[in-house]
Amino acid sequence: MSTGTQTEVVMPQMGVSVSEGTITKWLRQVGDSIGRDEPLLEISTDKVDTEVPSPAEGVVTQILVQEGETVEVGTVLATIAPPGAEVPPPAPAEPAAPPAPTPEPQQAPSPEPEPAPVAAAPAPEPAAPQVAAAAAGNGKTFVSPVVARIAAEHGIDATAVPGTGTGGRVTKKDILSFIESGATAAPAPARAAAPAVEPAPPPEPVAQPEPAATAAEPVPAEPVAATPAPVAEPARAAAPPPPPAPAPAPAAAPAAELVAGEALEPMTAMRRGVMEHMRRSVDTAAHVTSAIEVDLARVVALRQKLKPELAAQTVNLTYLAFIARASVDTLLDYPWVNGEVRGQSIVTRPFVNLGIAVALEEGKGLIVPVIRNAQDLNLTGTARAIQDLAERARTKKLLPDDVQGGTFTITNPGSFGTFHGTPIINQPQSAILGTYALVKRPWVVQDELGSDVIAIRPIMNLTLTYDHRLVDGAYAGMYLRDLRDKLESWDEAAY
Amino acid sequence: MAEMTYIQAISDALRLEMRRDQRVFILGEDVGVYGGAFKVSLGFQEEFGPWRVIDTPLSETAIVGGATGAALMGLRPVAEMQFADFISCAWDHLVTVAAKQFFRTRTPIPIVVRLPSGGGFSGGPFHSQNPESSFAHIPGLKVVCPATPQDAKGLLASAIEDPNPVLYFEHKHLYRRIKGEVPEERYTVPFGSANVHREGDDATVVTWGAMVHTATEAAEELAKEGVEVEVLDMRTLVPWDKARVLEGVRRCSKVLVLHEDTRTGGFGAEIAATIAEEAFEDLDAPVMRLAAPDTPVPFSPPLEKAYIPQVEDVVTALRELAAY
Repeated sequence: MSTGTQTEVVMPQMGVSVSEGTITKWLRQVGDSIGRDEPLLEISTDKVDTEVPSPAEGVVTQILVQEGETVEVGTVLATIAPPGAEVPPPAPAEPAAPPAPTPEPQQAPSPEPEPAPVAAAPAPEPAAPQVAAAAAGNGKTFVSPVVARIAAEHGIDATAVPGTGTGGRVTKKDILSFIESGATAAPAPARAAAPAVEPAPPPEPVAQPEPAATAAEPVPAEPVAATPAPVAEPARAAAPPPPPAPAPAPAAAPAAELVAGEALEPMTAMRRGVMEHMRRSVDTAAHVTSAIEVDLARVVALRQKLKPELAAQTVNLTYLAFIARASVDTLLDYPWVNGEVRGQSIVTRPFVNLGIAVALEEGKGLIVPVIRNAQDLNLTGTARAIQDLAERARTKKLLPDDVQGGTFTITNPGSFGTFHGTPIINQPQSAILGTYALVKRPWVVQDELGSDVIAIRPIMNLTLTYDHRLVDGAYAGMYLRDLRDKLESWDEAAY
Repeated sequence: MAEMTYIQAISDALRLEMRRDQRVFILGEDVGVYGGAFKVSLGFQEEFGPWRVIDTPLSETAIVGGATGAALMGLRPVAEMQFADFISCAWDHLVTVAAKQFFRTRTPIPIVVRLPSGGGFSGGPFHSQNPESSFAHIPGLKVVCPATPQDAKGLLASAIEDPNPVLYFEHKHLYRRIKGEVPEERYTVPFGSANVHREGDDATVVTWGAMVHTATEAAEELAKEGVEVEVLDMRTLVPWDKARVLEGVRRCSKVLVLHEDTRTGGFGAEIAATIAEEAFEDLDAPVMRLAAPDTPVPFSPPLEKAYIPQVEDVVTALRELAAY
């Protein structure tokens, strides 16, 4: 009976929509000891980059996914043995099946452990994972007390019994029917459905805690191999004979030769996320952009006045805060701008979860953290929320929930002086507001006698890019007009 | 045999005990002229007279204190709390005096305190509680929680016969909702003997009171999915039928402990801990508990529904347990 003594470290679920992550760095190596909750590795997903803490105290016994590889959530990344446990000598040579270099056009001989010329054995494929499931993986190595006892009484290795419980766990019923089926300590657990398996590790004939646990070791190869690793280096494959074809260089691009001086770098998970997201948005929405010019004289004056007192509260009052506040207020009058096309239906909501696009890494990255229930915040609260999110975005302290559930987005490319743009909508939202450079312009205004005069006014161009599938030009125009009116006649008392 | 509601069975037991034993009398608020808040003793004063069916002042302290004294003097009082919730006023007499008297001086205190308990009808925080675990914790008190008319009658007779202070938790939500065949003659149901309310081998639900019926309904749902769940009605918590519970654990290896009382420190915790101590090697899944959350009982009907374990909640828990 082997109650799993090793703790598995799995790729965490970093938010609802995230399905995979890339290992960016291992902070500990095989043989290193580590405390519970100490950082073990760094991962990168299309939402956030973060450290993964060790789930247990002990010694790193295996690292199953290498830096640069991308695997699905739930994949076992490493194992930790309890302190003092005997660490098997690191066997880096043949730990896992080599990561499959995926997008190669026609990578004929894959170095997988499925050498074609096996006899016409009863399909080993479906069977192998089944045994694997019982022996490894989340909760799969856990043997309940009653199963452990029965296994001991009958001299069975419980991990060799096909499990039907949660996560493939061997239940009491499983082991009883296993015994009833006549299978004793025979190495190959046979069940009616699953033809005899000849998996890599034949189960130990006699129940022996430690070896049984280690017997399961080769298994983790399975999840890794099952998940295509986009950026993989075939070179690391090591053991099996190298693929005869001169496998082209790591990157998957349809091999264009690099010209001298050109450099090739792997894409970060965030870049891939942005790439996929932008493409999908353009493929989904019917983008139209309308622009409006806004005289921000009142806002400028007010900001001048409020800035010192808010600075005392450690709040940096930006123009963006004013625009965000006014936008949110206007959105409540234009629910479709804050809405969503869902199938054949339209989703509207009485709240605004405001996304603020934040540039990272000197313009080489972008993340859109969300202010939830932005309609409940006054000007100061909005300014503080923006400041907080931007700060946490830049210091990589955002939580998965911080980047989800947005209903409308503001992007602010104007800080670099651009005066106009056509942003792409953040799916599944319906619109995105662009704010641009605040510039002094000669502007026609009316003096106190009603006569037109030219004055120098601070003007900002605002754009609304909207999904014309849902939002019509007139509706968008009205939204922009009301937004402009709010900003131009800013009512200090109201916000 | 006659078909009786749960509350009729309680009345019946009381009447029979009073007819056969002159020492038995009842006391409580409005139990006489009015016939009791829930009409359990309706017509009793006419039959037994005002000296055996005593209307007391509105003082639970006085009721339990008086009952304790009468028991010391050789009588067999049956005290009624209008609602189990009000017993906190009588805590001192019950816990400090009645529960400890025999251990101090060897004088038994054969009192029964009837406690209409439980929720399910929007009674709010003062009229819906199930405080059985508070008293199960006190050595010297016995705790009875019938779930069926037949047990209600037989357990009340046993309670009155018992030489110790007995708290008899009668669930208000069962009063007129649950009917059953009840023998007309007097009989007793022994304490400390669980009843298999429903048979099954895939998992066992350990419960009592109104939850026996909730669990049984849930078990019928599970049966449609091919999972046969045993429902064990504990009937009494002090003493509780440990042997029968452990037998169920050995056979099914999966246990859900279910009660209407709040979770933390509920009697289910005692049962779960005992299973872990004495049947660890028979478990195929963690012992699961389902109970009310640790808050007062809410008034609002939807909130109360969310608060008290419902059939759906038990079904969900059992599915999870069965799949584990």
